[in-house]
Formats: sequence, C-alpha cells, structure tokens
Amino acid sequence: MRGFTHRRLVRGAALAGALTIALAACSSGGSGAPGTTPSTASSAAGQSALEQGGKITVWAWEPTLKKVVADFEAKYPKVTVDLVNAGTGNAQYTALQNAIAAGSGVPDVAQVEYYALPQFAIGGSLADLTSFGAASLDGTFTPGPWASVKQGNGIYGLPMDSGPMALFYNKSVFDKYGIAVPTTWDEYLTAAQKLHAADPSAYIANDTGDAGFATSMIWQAGGHPYTVDGTNVKINLADAGSTAFATLWQKLIDQKLLAPISSWSDQWYQGLGNGTIATLTIGAWMPANLESGVAAGKGQWRVAPMPQWTAGGTATSENGGSSLAVPKASKNQQLAYDFIKYADAGAGVQTRIDGGAFPATTADLQSAAFVNKTFDYFGGQKVNEVLAKSAADVVKGWQYLPFQVYANSVFNDTVGKAYVSGTTLQQGLKAWQDSSVTYGNDQGFTVNK
Amino acid sequence: MTIPSTSTSTSTERSRTAARPMMRSRRPPSVDRPRRNVILTLVTGVVLVYTLVPLAWLVINATKTQPSLFGSFGLWFSGHFALWDNIVQTVTYDHGIFLRWLLNTVLYVVAGAGGATLLAVLGGYALAKFSFPGKRAVFAIVIGAVAVPGTALAVPTFLMFSRMGLTNTPWAVIIPSLISPFGLYLMWTFASEAIPTELLEAARMDGASELRTFVKISLPLLGPGIVTVLLFTMVATWNNYFLPLIMLKDPTWYPLTLGLNAWNAQAATAGGEAIFNLVITASLLTILPLVTAFLVLQRFWQSGLAAGSVKE
Repeated sequence: MRGFTHRRLVRGAALAGALTIALAACSSGGSGAPGTTPSTASSAAGQSALEQGGKITVWAWEPTLKKVVADFEAKYPKVTVDLVNAGTGNAQYTALQNAIAAGSGVPDVAQVEYYALPQFAIGGSLADLTSFGAASLDGTFTPGPWASVKQGNGIYGLPMDSGPMALFYNKSVFDKYGIAVPTTWDEYLTAAQKLHAADPSAYIANDTGDAGFATSMIWQAGGHPYTVDGTNVKINLADAGSTAFATLWQKLIDQKLLAPISSWSDQWYQGLGNGTIATLTIGAWMPANLESGVAAGKGQWRVAPMPQWTAGGTATSENGGSSLAVPKASKNQQLAYDFIKYADAGAGVQTRIDGGAFPATTADLQSAAFVNKTFDYFGGQKVNEVLAKSAADVVKGWQYLPFQVYANSVFNDTVGKAYVSGTTLQQGLKAWQDSSVTYGNDQGFTVNK
Repeated sequence: MTIPSTSTSTSTERSRTAARPMMRSRRPPSVDRPRRNVILTLVTGVVLVYTLVPLAWLVINATKTQPSLFGSFGLWFSGHFALWDNIVQTVTYDHGIFLRWLLNTVLYVVAGAGGATLLAVLGGYALAKFSFPGKRAVFAIVIGAVAVPGTALAVPTFLMFSRMGLTNTPWAVIIPSLISPFGLYLMWTFASEAIPTELLEAARMDGASELRTFVKISLPLLGPGIVTVLLFTMVATWNNYFLPLIMLKDPTWYPLTLGLNAWNAQAATAGGEAIFNLVITASLLTILPLVTAFLVLQRFWQSGLAAGSVKE
C-alpha cells in the first residue's frame, strides 16, 4: 500500500510542472487534502514525514489555528503539534529573536506578520521553503500576500490570511446626519467635517498614530517609500504617495476631526459601539473583531470600498495579515512545512474561514459560498464581495523594510508627534525616515547612500 | 542592654516636649490623641483618594458585563450586576487556564519569595553576627547588587538559562527570584541591631550549638524583619512580569501577570475575542491574595515593632 502510494506520487510529480497551478488551486479549495495531492516530488517526502510522525512546536496567536491543529492531529495521528501563544506581534518577535540568538527553544513554525517577514528572512532566521516545493503554490494566493512572503528567489513563509483594506462605516450615523458614504478621500474629508459639525462628540475616525495604517495608506496612494534590493535600501517618505497621505491627514488633524483614541483600546471598542467613531479604514479581517468586541454595533455597520485618491479608481492596499514561517533552527522542517501547507493552503483554510478569518487563497476568495455569505452583523450585507474585490485590486510593487519591526516601533516617537504637537506629519515622516536610515546603516544595510 | 527605640516613642517624646510650653491648659497630645494638623490631614486625604480610586474603579467595573463596561460611566455601577457571572467566566474561560496561572503564581511565590526570605535571613544573620575574612568584599558586592535592577539582568540570565535548558520551565522563574540583595541587606542591618551580641555570647557560654542559638534565640528576635522581607519579596514575585515574559513561552507555566496581559492582548488581534470584562475581573481576583497577605502580615509586623520598643 505504501509502495503504491509512493509510486503514484512519483508519477504525479512528473506531471507537476504542467499542472502546478491547477493542482495548487485545487488543493487550496478546502475539501482537497494537501497531503494526498501529488503536486511535487517533495510531497512524497512530506507524506513520509507525516506518516513517520513527530512533534512540532508552533508559535502563533491567531485564534482559529486551535481547531486547525486539532484537525491536523486527528488526520495524522502520529504527529503532535504543540500550539503556543508566545505573545502577540512584537512581543512574539522579541521572543523569537531571543530564542534564535540563544540557539535553543526555537519553534518549528512561527506566525510572522507580512511587515515583519523581511526582517527575519534577510536576517537568515527563516528556512527558504522553495526546497520543500513551495514554488508550486504560485498562483494559490492573492498577489499582495504572495509578494510579501517572497524575498529575491526565496519563499520564506506561506500566507495565512490577508487584510485588503475597505471602509467599514457605521451606517446609522451616516443616515442620521444625512451624510453620503465617501468614495474619494476628498469626500471623506468633507464627510468628516459635516459629521463633527453635526455632533461634536462624533468623529469620522480615530487615530493617534499607527505605523501599519500610515504605510497602508501610502501604499494605496501609490507611494513606494521603501525600495529594497538585497542590502541596498532606499527610504523616501516624501514621495508622491507619502505626500498625498500626509497632506490629507494633516487636514484631518488640524481641523481636529480625528478622535484622539488609540486603536484596540477599550475606549476604541466603546467608540465603535456608540457611534462616536464612525468609520474604520482597515483590513478585511475586521468583521470577526467587530462581531466579538462590538456587540452594541450589530446591524449598524456596513462595508464599502476604500475611498480613492482619484475619482473612479479602484486602488487598494493590504493592512496587516500574517504568514506562517519555518525558522531555520527548526529540526523538523519538513513536518513543519507540511503543517503550514495544511493550514494555509489545505483543509485548514476552510476551517479558518469558518472561524471568521479572511483567507489569502484565490480559490476561496472567488468561491461562491464565500462571496455570497450574508452577515447578520452587517445587516445582511454580502461583506466578502467588497473585501474579495479589494484583495484583487491591491496596488502592486510594495516593499517593507528589512528592519520594519524596528521602524514601526519608533513611529510614535517621530510621526506620532504630529498628532499631539505643532509638528506636521511631513516633518514627522522626515524624522521617521532619518531614524530608520540611521538604524539601517547601523545594522549593516546600505541605506540612502 | 540597648535596644533601638522605635520611631513611635521618639517622636512622641519630641512632640511632648515641644508641645508643653504652647498648650499649657490642655493635656499634651499623645499617640492616642495626636495633635491635629489640617494641611497634613488634607494631604493625607488626597493621597488616600488617589490610592483608592483605581481600586474602587476595579471593584465597580468587575460587576459589569462587557457591553455595559463600554456604555457606562466608569466610577459607578450600571446595568445587570454581573460580578458572579464574570467570576465564573474568568475561572472557566479557556478550560480554566486562569486557575492554572493562579497556581503557578502561588508556586513561584512560595518557592521564590519563601526561598529568597530564607536565604536573606541566613545570610543577613551570618554577615551581622560572625566575622570572617572577605566580609567587607561581600558587603561591597551586596550594596552594588542592590543598585542593579533585575530587569537589566533578565536577558543575560535568559541566555545563560537557555544554554542550561532551563528556559520555559518553572525553574527559570524561581531560581532568579531566590536572590534578593535588598532583602539580604535589610536582614543584615536588622540582625545587627535586633540581636544583642551579649545574648549570643551568653547562649554560647551555656553550651548551645550555633544552630540552636540561631533557631531558639535569634530567629524569634528577627521576626519583624523576616515578615518585612517576606512581604517585599512576595510582592516582587507576585507582580513579577519582565522575567517570566522573557523566560516563559508556554502559557501553561505563565504567572497571572503574563496571563492577564495575554488576555488583554486578545482584544488587539485580528479575529481575537475581546474579553475586557474578564481581564478586569481577573485583575481584581489577582490582587485579592496580596491585599490579604498585607492585612494578615501587617499585624505581625506591627506587633513585632511594638514588642521591640518595650524591651529596655
């Protein structure tokens, strides 16, 4: 039986070249089991690793992975997956850096957000997944996330979810004051003024300075503030896209149209529930958070396409989202890869969608069941229609810095000043650029030279 | 013999002499009937309110459901009284992980703070009452160690423990907690003041062994000092955040501080479940043991001080 399977897999591998895209798309459909799909020769190795069994440790904070791990262990009884929440975002990256530096306690799989992936990949901390056949997954994922996990010719993670941006808005607030839902950023500014004039306690949005949001806005505006070629890095936070964002946002700050509330705080959840924060320009993973954290807003929220810089445009960008990566120090890389393939491109995807996650796989984003799902929380709206459209319209060519984790950590010391003092956003962006340049050069990169 | 007179008796003495010429007609103020000072009372009152408001906020908000938490004024009760529901949810959420964290914390406190106190008492006594070569060097090192914050040592300790394969185990939290330079220093000064050398000499003359002298004579005299050190190390271990943050990755070994933070971080995660009401209720439950420990131990502490003052 085992011999037969093996022969079948090898024969399958011969066809792989031609069928790669079709099979990969098929294996990501949710119903298809990845381990049994003969896509490349390395699947044979994967199959035997899964049959031999073993134990892997996964560091991730994404809640839907719990069910994925349980299903995976049920499917491959000899495999044990130790799922550990080693902290969210930055806390986990620090722990990961520490473990890698210490050379022990490194997990076999780690959740790494797209903005942080280059830092770990270029630092040599992550295994290049092309040796496990990850290249065959080309076409499985939407372009934004797929570009984010690639560095040069290497693939350093598989996209787990994605955050194409959209405008989440509280319809009851817009209706109450007769304000039209903005389709351009100019209309957004007008709507902000109208809303705040009608109700001084209400704001179009909250913002106290958020690096992820700012870079996503610049991304949508067509900016390319970071260009990375190996260790040669260029930073220009005064390019056209950055300037467009800074100019618009400066007006909102100057006219005090932004609620001085930090995202994810309890005040934020409060504001989203009571109508004092009327919109969120945010990633497509937001619906699950609204449903669980803002019960009071049920039936009031809707999703619209992201406002545009030029009327009639369709440009969007990615906001947040994570990949699963395999650290180089893992002693069980094959099994680790099999797990992330299962979770990100196999049966795990549907499990995670059912749990409220927003996928990065093209086939799921285009499936009728996904797109036509109605959301009670959003008054019966087919929210995924808007979000999936946004995923297809992400502006191409964006790059993060190979030290973006550091850069984002000093965002509030530099750009953040514009929100609380007389500094302008443009001055803040300049200061952010300067400290990023200094840090990059200190780290051995050649930045702006 | 000279026993250090406590500050209470000295200040009473001083205020008595100072008050006499001014208030001839009235009875002089005493500890039971102190002199009133409006400004000091006001300042104390402000500090009291400042200290108690967060506590009141915590108690009040632990009684609210998550929606009413967002929809109501923070310093007053609102809506359905949900304290019991919150407590039940807190201890059952995620298969009762909160109770596991509580047990972990108790383990770290008993082993860490208990061990630190024991070591501080033994070391402090030895340094105060025995002379041996290198004592000055030990003194210098201990004083120096008091100045080094534990946070600064956390990362080097992590790298060392990682080599030894101790990270992600309870030992990684317990072993560093055993060292309390400040506790040692406190016990040292306390022991040299509270235990008269003559008493030790008398015991030795009567033929008591060093261990017997320590257990039967010195230890009872050190009581108040031990309680003080125990309180300090207990609070430090109970609230310890940075060390376990660096050392532990497995939530099953988390102390309460890390666990609460993990719960709080859930609200900031894509797809995460916001459980602010549980974070608040769990925080309240977390401080209760410390409050209790303070109230109970404070009694011993005060009685120890009072007992010292009447021995002349």
